[in-house]
Amino acid sequence: MSTGTGASDLLHADDHGIDQIVAGEAPVAARSPLALFWRRFRKDKVALVALTFIVLLVLVAILAPVIRNLVGAPPPGQTSTDALDDFGLPQGPTSEHLFGVDSIGRDIFARVLDGARVSLLVAFIGTGLSVTIGVTLGMIAGFFRGWVDTLIARVIDILLAFPVLLLGLGLASACSTKDGCLGGALEPGLTIVIFIIVLSNWPYVARIIRGQVLSLREKEFVEASRSLGAGNMRIIFREILPNLVAPIIVYASLFIPANILLEAALSFLGVGVTGQASWGQMLSEATGKIDTAWWYMFFPGMALLLTVLAFNLVGDGMQDALNPKGNKQK
Amino acid sequence: MAAYIARRLLWVVFLLFTITCITFVIFSVLPSGDPAVARAGRSPSPQLVEVIRVQLGLDKSKPEQFINYIGDILPFVGGNGIYLGFSYQNNTDVLPEILERLPVTIFLATGAVILWLSIGIPLGVLSAVKTGSALDRIAMGIALLFISAPVYFFGLVALYLFDDQIGIWPILPGNSAYGEADSLLGKAEALIMPWCVLAAAFAAIYARFLRGNLIDTLQEDYIRTARAKGLSERRVIFRHGVRAAITPIVTLLGLDIGILLGGAILTETVFNIPGIGRYAFNAITVSDLPVIQGTVLFGAFFIVMMSLIVDILYAFIDPRVRY
Repeated sequence: MSTGTGASDLLHADDHGIDQIVAGEAPVAARSPLALFWRRFRKDKVALVALTFIVLLVLVAILAPVIRNLVGAPPPGQTSTDALDDFGLPQGPTSEHLFGVDSIGRDIFARVLDGARVSLLVAFIGTGLSVTIGVTLGMIAGFFRGWVDTLIARVIDILLAFPVLLLGLGLASACSTKDGCLGGALEPGLTIVIFIIVLSNWPYVARIIRGQVLSLREKEFVEASRSLGAGNMRIIFREILPNLVAPIIVYASLFIPANILLEAALSFLGVGVTGQASWGQMLSEATGKIDTAWWYMFFPGMALLLTVLAFNLVGDGMQDALNPKGNKQK
Repeated sequence: MAAYIARRLLWVVFLLFTITCITFVIFSVLPSGDPAVARAGRSPSPQLVEVIRVQLGLDKSKPEQFINYIGDILPFVGGNGIYLGFSYQNNTDVLPEILERLPVTIFLATGAVILWLSIGIPLGVLSAVKTGSALDRIAMGIALLFISAPVYFFGLVALYLFDDQIGIWPILPGNSAYGEADSLLGKAEALIMPWCVLAAAFAAIYARFLRGNLIDTLQEDYIRTARAKGLSERRVIFRHGVRAAITPIVTLLGLDIGILLGGAILTETVFNIPGIGRYAFNAITVSDLPVIQGTVLFGAFFIVMMSLIVDILYAFIDPRVRY
C-alpha cells in the first residue's frame, strides 16, 4: 500500500479515481506508478507508433549482420571499385546496392545499418550511465542531506553553469590527434563520446532526483515504513526508488534523442566515432558530394531524423503521461 | 541588487578560471603528441624540434607552463596583451584570426535570432491560445520535426534543393557564397539559406517552449481574475499571459546567443561560411590544437558572459527573482 500512496501524490491520481473513493464505492486496487503511467501513455497513438518504430529499429540494429546477408549487401567497410561507374563516380540505388554506394564504393545500406548500431549503443550506454550516476548521487544528496548534499549540489551547480559541450568538443578534438590522450589510454572514439554525454547529462538527472527525494523522504509512507523498523537501505530501495521510476524513464527518454544528435554532431565534425560507420560521419563525407550523389546524404540523414523524431515523440508522450495536467489540456 | 551583481561577478571569475584550468589540462596535459614536433612541420631535424621546444616554453615543467599560459591570456600580465597562442598550420596568432572572423559569426547569429524570434514567438502564442486546434497540431508537429533534424542535414537538403549552382531549384546563393560575395547585400543574400536553416530549429524550440509556458500561465488564478474583471481576451492573453510566460525566453535567448557567438560550428561548416566555427572546424581537421584551444576558450567566455548578463537582466525584469 505504501508505494500506492506515494504514487498518487507523485502522479496526481486522476480525478475519476478520487471521485470514486470520495463516493465511498468499492476501493480500487492500488496500481503501481508504472502501471498508471503506462495506462495514460497507451492512449497516445502517435507515441505508440513511434515506440513501435524504436523497437523495430533496435531489432534491426541487433540483427544488422543477418539483415545484410538477407538482402545480399556487402559488409559496411568493404570498398569496391566495381560499384563505381566508368568515371569513378558512385552509383545510386540499385537492386544490388539498395541505398547506392559512396565515393569509394562502400554499400550505404550496410553502413546505415551499422550506423544504427553505433547511434543506439552510444545513446543507450551514455544515457544509462548518466541516469545511474545522476540517480545515485541525487538520492544520496537528497536522502542523507548534510555536507554530502552541499558538496553534490555545488558540483551540480558548477557543471550546469559550464559550457560542458564546448569543452567536450575540445577534449574530443585534442584526443583525436594520432597519438591520442594520456599515452593512448584515452583514445578517440566511443569512449570519449560517452564520457562527454555522461558529463553533460548527469547533473540534470541528479538535480531532479535530489529534489524529488527531498520531498519524498518527508512523506507519511516513509515514516510508516521507518516506524515498522525499516532501515535506510530498505527505505531507499523499497519505498523511494519505486516512486522515482516514472520520472527516471521520462528523463531518460528525453536524453536519448539529444545524445544521438550529440554523437552524430561529434562524428560529423570528425572527432566522434572512428573505425565504424556512423550517421554523422557519413553526412560529413557526403557534404561535398550532394550534387553528384544525393543518396549519400539522404539515407543516413533520414535514418538520423526518423530515429530522433521517434524518440522525441515517445519522450513527449511519456511526459504527458507522467504529468496529465500538462500541455495537452484544452 | 549591488550585492547580487557582485556575487554573480565573483562566480563568473571563478567559472572562467576553472574553464581556463580545464582547457589547459585538455590541450597541454592530456594529448600524447609532442606540440614541438607538430609545430616543426614535416620531418624536422631534432635540433629544430629542440629550438621550438624552448621557444614555446615546452622545456619547462607543467606548472610553469600553466603560469605562463595564464599570463598570456590575462591582458595586463606578461606584457603581450591577450594572447591565445599561435597556430601550427598558418603561422599566425590565434586571437587576431578569431577577431577577424567574429563579424561574420555575429552577422549570421543576428539574422538567425531575428528570424527565429519573429517566427517562434507568434507561433508559440497562437498554438497556446488555440490548443488542440488543427493549427496547433500542425505547427507543433512541424516544430518537432525541425527539432529532430540536425542542422547539418537540413543544411545539406537545403543546398541540394536551392543552391544556385547545383540545386534542383537554383534560386539562392549556396555553399561558399559568403566568401565570394563582395558587397554587404551579397553577403546577406548568401546568408539567407543558413539563416533559415539555423532559425528553423531554434524557432521550433522557442515555439514549443513558449506554448508550454503560456498554457501553464493561462491556468493561473490571476488570469481568471483578469477575465472576471471583464478585460478583453486579447488584453488578458497579451498583457497578463504572454508577458509572464515570455520572461524565461530571455534566459534561453541569452544562452543561445552566447553559444552561437562562440561559433555556429555546424552551420558554418555545412555552408562554408568563414566565421569562428568554420575556423575551429578547419583546425580540427588538421589537428591544429592551439587554434581549437583558442576558439574553445573564446566560445566559453561568450557563454559565461551571456549567462551573467541574462542573470542580471532577469533580476530586473522578473520581480519574483530572489537576490
